Amino acid sequence: MIINHPILGPRDSQEFTYLGDASLIDRPDWQAEDAADQFHDYLYLRDNPAGEHRELWFHEQGDRSWLVVTRNTVTHEILTVELARDVARARGRSK
Amino acid sequence: MTDAVMNAGAMAFRADGSNGARKGAQVNRLDGGLINGARKLGFTFDGTRYEGHEGDTLASALLANGVRLMGRSFKYHRPRGVLTSGSEEPNALVELRSGGRQEPNTRATVAELYDGLEANSQNRWPSLQHDFMAINDRFSNFLTAGFYYKTFMWPAAFWEKVYEPIIRKAAGLGSISFEADPDAYDKGFLHCDLLVIGAGPTGLMAALTAGRAGAQVIIADEDFLLGGRLNAETFGIGDLTGAAWGAQVQAELAAMPNVRVMPRTTIIGAFDHGIYGAVERVADHVLAPEAGKPRQILWRIYSKRAMLAAGATERPIAFENNDRPGVMLAGAVRAYANRWAVTPDQTVAVFTNNDDGHRTAADLIAKGVKVTAVIDTRTDAPKVEGAELLAGARVIDTKGRLGLEVAQVRLADGTTRDVPCGALAVSGGWNPNVHLTCHQRGRPAWREDIAAFVPAGELPQNMSVAGAANGDFSTAAALRAGAEGAVAALSELGIEAKASDLPEAEDAPVNVTPFWYVKEGKGRAWLDQQNDVTVKDVKLAHQENFRSVEHLKRYTTLGMATDQGKTSNMGGLAIMAELAGKQIPEVGTTMFRPPYTPVSFGVMAGRSVGEEFRPTRKTPSHKWAEEQGAVFVEVGQWLRAQWFPKAGETHWRQSVDREVLQTRNSVGICDVTTLGKIDVQGKDAAEFLNMMYANAFAKLPVGKVRYGLMLREDGIAYDDGTAARFAEDHFVVTTTTANAVLVYRNMEFARQCLFPDMDVQLISTTEAWAQFAVAGPNARKLLQKVVDPEFDISNEAFPFMGCGEVTVAGGCRARLFRISFSGELAYEIAVPTRYGDAMIRKLMEAGEEFGAVPYGTEALGVMRIEKGHAAGNELNGTTSALNLGMGRMVSKKKDCIGNVLSERPGMNQDDALKLVGFRPVNAGDPVQAGAHLMNADGEVSAATDQGYITSAAYSPVLGCSIGIGFLKRGDARLGEVIRAVNPLEGKETRVEVVSAHFVDPEGERLRG
Amino acid sequence: MRYSGLKVIKEALTGHKGWRPTWRDPEPKNSYDVVIIGGGGHGLATAYYLAKNHGLTNVAVIEKGWIGGGNVGRNTTIIRSNYLLDGNEPFYELSLKLWEGLEQDFNYNAMVSQRGILNLVHTDAQRDAARRRGNAMILNGSDAELLDVEGVRAMYPFLNFSNARFPIKGGLLHRRGGTVRHDAVAWGYARGADLRGVDIIQNCEVTGFRIENGKCLGVETSKGFIGANKVASCVAGSSSRVMEKAGMRLPIESHVLQAFVSEGLKPVLDGVVTFGAGHFYVSQSDKGGLVFGGDLDMYNSYAQRGNLPVVEDVMEGGMALMPMLGRVRMLRSWGGIMDMSMDGSPFIDKTHIDGLYFNGGWCYGGFKATPASGWCYAHLLATDTPHKVAAAYRLDRFRRGCMIDEKGQGAQPNLH
Repeated sequence: MIINHPILGPRDSQEFTYLGDASLIDRPDWQAEDAADQFHDYLYLRDNPAGEHRELWFHEQGDRSWLVVTRNTVTHEILTVELARDVARARGRSK
Repeated sequence: MTDAVMNAGAMAFRADGSNGARKGAQVNRLDGGLINGARKLGFTFDGTRYEGHEGDTLASALLANGVRLMGRSFKYHRPRGVLTSGSEEPNALVELRSGGRQEPNTRATVAELYDGLEANSQNRWPSLQHDFMAINDRFSNFLTAGFYYKTFMWPAAFWEKVYEPIIRKAAGLGSISFEADPDAYDKGFLHCDLLVIGAGPTGLMAALTAGRAGAQVIIADEDFLLGGRLNAETFGIGDLTGAAWGAQVQAELAAMPNVRVMPRTTIIGAFDHGIYGAVERVADHVLAPEAGKPRQILWRIYSKRAMLAAGATERPIAFENNDRPGVMLAGAVRAYANRWAVTPDQTVAVFTNNDDGHRTAADLIAKGVKVTAVIDTRTDAPKVEGAELLAGARVIDTKGRLGLEVAQVRLADGTTRDVPCGALAVSGGWNPNVHLTCHQRGRPAWREDIAAFVPAGELPQNMSVAGAANGDFSTAAALRAGAEGAVAALSELGIEAKASDLPEAEDAPVNVTPFWYVKEGKGRAWLDQQNDVTVKDVKLAHQENFRSVEHLKRYTTLGMATDQGKTSNMGGLAIMAELAGKQIPEVGTTMFRPPYTPVSFGVMAGRSVGEEFRPTRKTPSHKWAEEQGAVFVEVGQWLRAQWFPKAGETHWRQSVDREVLQTRNSVGICDVTTLGKIDVQGKDAAEFLNMMYANAFAKLPVGKVRYGLMLREDGIAYDDGTAARFAEDHFVVTTTTANAVLVYRNMEFARQCLFPDMDVQLISTTEAWAQFAVAGPNARKLLQKVVDPEFDISNEAFPFMGCGEVTVAGGCRARLFRISFSGELAYEIAVPTRYGDAMIRKLMEAGEEFGAVPYGTEALGVMRIEKGHAAGNELNGTTSALNLGMGRMVSKKKDCIGNVLSERPGMNQDDALKLVGFRPVNAGDPVQAGAHLMNADGEVSAATDQGYITSAAYSPVLGCSIGIGFLKRGDARLGEVIRAVNPLEGKETRVEVVSAHFVDPEGERLRG
Repeated sequence: MRYSGLKVIKEALTGHKGWRPTWRDPEPKNSYDVVIIGGGGHGLATAYYLAKNHGLTNVAVIEKGWIGGGNVGRNTTIIRSNYLLDGNEPFYELSLKLWEGLEQDFNYNAMVSQRGILNLVHTDAQRDAARRRGNAMILNGSDAELLDVEGVRAMYPFLNFSNARFPIKGGLLHRRGGTVRHDAVAWGYARGADLRGVDIIQNCEVTGFRIENGKCLGVETSKGFIGANKVASCVAGSSSRVMEKAGMRLPIESHVLQAFVSEGLKPVLDGVVTFGAGHFYVSQSDKGGLVFGGDLDMYNSYAQRGNLPVVEDVMEGGMALMPMLGRVRMLRSWGGIMDMSMDGSPFIDKTHIDGLYFNGGWCYGGFKATPASGWCYAHLLATDTPHKVAAAYRLDRFRRGCMIDEKGQGAQPNLH
């Protein structure tokens, strides 16, 4: 597979390490009343779609960016690639 | 395959003008052909010497020498000859070469002849002519599809003891020599605008069009001679013969710097995003690779566009005893005659359901071969000149023990006639080579007019298909599709190309009437010749409800042989459709999967073999340690010194005991560079580490080090190490050797994904610093001789858990940490890696007066067990801080990775495992890691399991074997005697539960 | 009809006219006591044991495609009982014991062959772990032997002992482990279930569940609604897709695992060998092909195919372990969709929806589990209580903090 790195351009997927669903960005608040439930759902449950999947890849053999790759799990086609940090900010993870 | 206007009498010549072969011992050699008659090559088959010519394959050379019998089938051991002239060959498989280069199951049809070639037939005993296992053929009525699922079940033990060993011994085709392959293999990457797969008329025209437009082009073909069917046919292109036109185009392409022409290269698979795997056979056509050259190369081709121009494969018609040597595909017979100047026999008959078969008759007649009949299933078959036409007829049986002698024909009027022939050229039509289009999501569609499947569905990204592979069988159509396809593909890339004037070529329509198998005859008609799957087997599968194509394949093994059903699947499908009363497209097709043709282990492994299987990482002191005669051990990819034997030491324990005792008594030095090191800087560095570690770091003073435990988000402890604060905004973190990469990755994840606006930067400095542990009562004295005098490292100025930047050896930058894994007064000192070798020498020199010893990973392990420090065996991915006895370290006052989920009830049970130590009750008894713990009395069983020992060692300090491990409620059971059981090795030891801190439990030594 | 050698001979002499369909192809009835979704090994085994052990024969197995077309038809055929943890080993030991009598039980030769599995160890830490595992196996009634390097050499002298990057230091041998003719398992269970009255319905896709007031009443399918007292999902790699129709999110990700077979060879290798320093394991089929595999492609996928880097990685491992394979050719590759769970262990459990049951999360260990999975799932469906050896396979175990993590990798499915 080829991942079109937003900064570095097309890169072989072998340069990357895969983590999983990009929802792992949405780490819950540890002080929430139902923190235990929230953390359970966050860590253990997955949509696991057959189709478009937003997922985290780490450019381990490269610039060490975490990326959010939107990829179709049926065709393996890659639709978009974003810097995970930008995604995290957009999801309100700024301080 | 391409169509041709019959050009009787035409002789093909190589572009270089050399003539074909002359007759000699090669009784079936004809005139002409694309072989080099001037260069004779000697070879052996089953020990008999033969001669062939440059340009021959093993198959063509054997045929030339009158050899039809080349192999035996898998199940019935039927005598078999060559069926095809290409990589789809199911029958003519041989063991090529010998010794470490012995290569089983090599298709004689693609084995390029070289002088000294050595081939042997396979799957026969004692000889190809007299094969004892041919007895199976007598019992074929019992050995039908799937018979083995219904029997061999009684008595129960007999399957494994009697039946299966016999089956296994008989199974398989070729054999290996069990010697290591002496040849080298390479891998490489290629990039192109357009990859053209196949160099027949379509591919050549496409490459030419794209090449002339200046695009980066790769054209690959599995054959050693480009041109595809142009070399096998007699028709011309423009003013040239097909072969000469192909050679001319190849010459033009070869002269273009933007075009890479790759003969002997098979595209094995279409992978995601335009990546293709290709195997180039660099040296399979010579006796042995040139020195320093690889045998084969695996190329990963990154293409922007790809065009499949892989042509088509002819399919046979099934009839009774259609597997005798001499029964061949008509296109193959034509290829042997035209390209290789060989006829399989002096009398040949043709059996066809389409016009293409007639060309074989015409070409053979033109070469002077007697064609005894053209048997055409069609009543309206076209006339044939020079041979008798039997229209509306079909072959119903054949005769000949080790080779074809007679074809029995049922004529249109219902009478039967014997047609004498040593070869029967059969054509059932042609199947486009759609394989690569199916490697992802493509599913072929049926085209009625050509009675074949063509590419359809979702093709691999940016792949197009042209020519015969797309069902366009005429030469003119191929040339047009190649040129237009190239123009279209390049225009998508913004490259303008022109479909230049296409040369004139034949443009005959396809005339085919589907005819899959001859219904007459009670005997067997073969579909899959290698696996011995007959029409009867398909009928039986249908009868037993194995009707889905996948069930058919799996139940009968149809299409599962080394040719993957390239010539047999279609027939099976058609018969299944007929039996099920369905149309062929309703039955569907089985999946085509990579590789297109089989691929050697060697080429897929490339250079990653033997000691180069994975990279070797060496520590900065490696060279010095080698000089000391150290014994090394693999720690992940690292090589670390395991111990340093001294003269007179005959057992590793002597060396390790000495290293431990000398370290504890005076001072020892160990290279700990392999520990992961991460530089953490920024205003929020402390806050960041507070999130990473279970324990608190925010208030760690500058100049101090703290032990830290890292949890996964699920609350399990996964790594430990230290963080040293060099400045308000600067920490140096160490990790375990095993987790250096993982911890860094996780920290980057937290930094970028969880806390994107924290002011913190990370960099891995594992390789940047050489780090040495200096441990033992004389550690400070030793270091005071190395650290430059302006740095006060006295106990007061540089206490336990202190850290700081210093210089050593007169100004060399260094970092000093007062931390201890061994439990002794100890430091770790780090210098830039390039000074690592100098540093170990300096330390050893300075330590001489104290009798300093280097110690390896064994002594390191012994000392950490004596001290009860957890390491990889304890941090096994299932243990929590609670289990490790560090439950209270997990701060509940702050957030950290793993905090919330570590509180789940299952991880906090009353009888949770706790890390404790174990001492044998009888001092001489060994304690073993991996032993399970049982109460002092009672049953030994899984139900009574109390835990397990994780690490054990002989402690030279205590004079006995000791261990640490996890015991249920272990911390409350100190003093209890229990059993460490090891039924695996028949051992059981009574051990006392003790604190894991065997040595200096109060920690006085490290503070001294 | 009973299969036997005698029957084969009789049929051979009478033109094979007496063979009947191995299973019928009935149209679905309006309703069943139990509808099993998924005609793979586990679903068919569940149906077989529901009928055989519990007398429940008003059962349908509905399959989207052809039976046995999922992972039971695309695996590396290995069976073993060599697990470490309490939650697992008794289950896999039951499974192995069922394999040992399976063929006589369902009257179909699935070629169960206990050729032995040798897990090589290359470091002292691996040996410690192997000892702990071997002892756990023995304590649970399985078998294990710890071999030193000479013991390994005596079994397989052709492994790379001379210039290996990671020298072989020994191995854990599990003699009762072995291989089975995988397709035959599906067919044998199908035949056995069919003979007892179970309806096997192919080409019937579940499109939804009918759930009213928290109770599952049946399934909507491409062949219409089929009512059921109990609906049992058993669809491995498609678990998330199917259960999503019931509104459930699962602790599962779907990943592709590739496997490979070589061209047929005369005998090379008697048992199963796993390389402990790379991703490679291999056995030789009765037909002569080397059947081998390695690691996942690592990314989520529902495509039954993988990519080249993993092919290379696996075959590098092959060459590292057995340099004599250099000129042996890989014939075919394929990919299966693995229902990778969050701790690497499976689920056999009720769901929060009354009448809806779930079996999945088998990762790449589903094949060897087939008999015990069917046995225990049938037990749960028939009695509404978990079988004692499968009692740990609960969906709520992560909430409780009771993970069954053999590899110690935590909540990252592709690492299990």
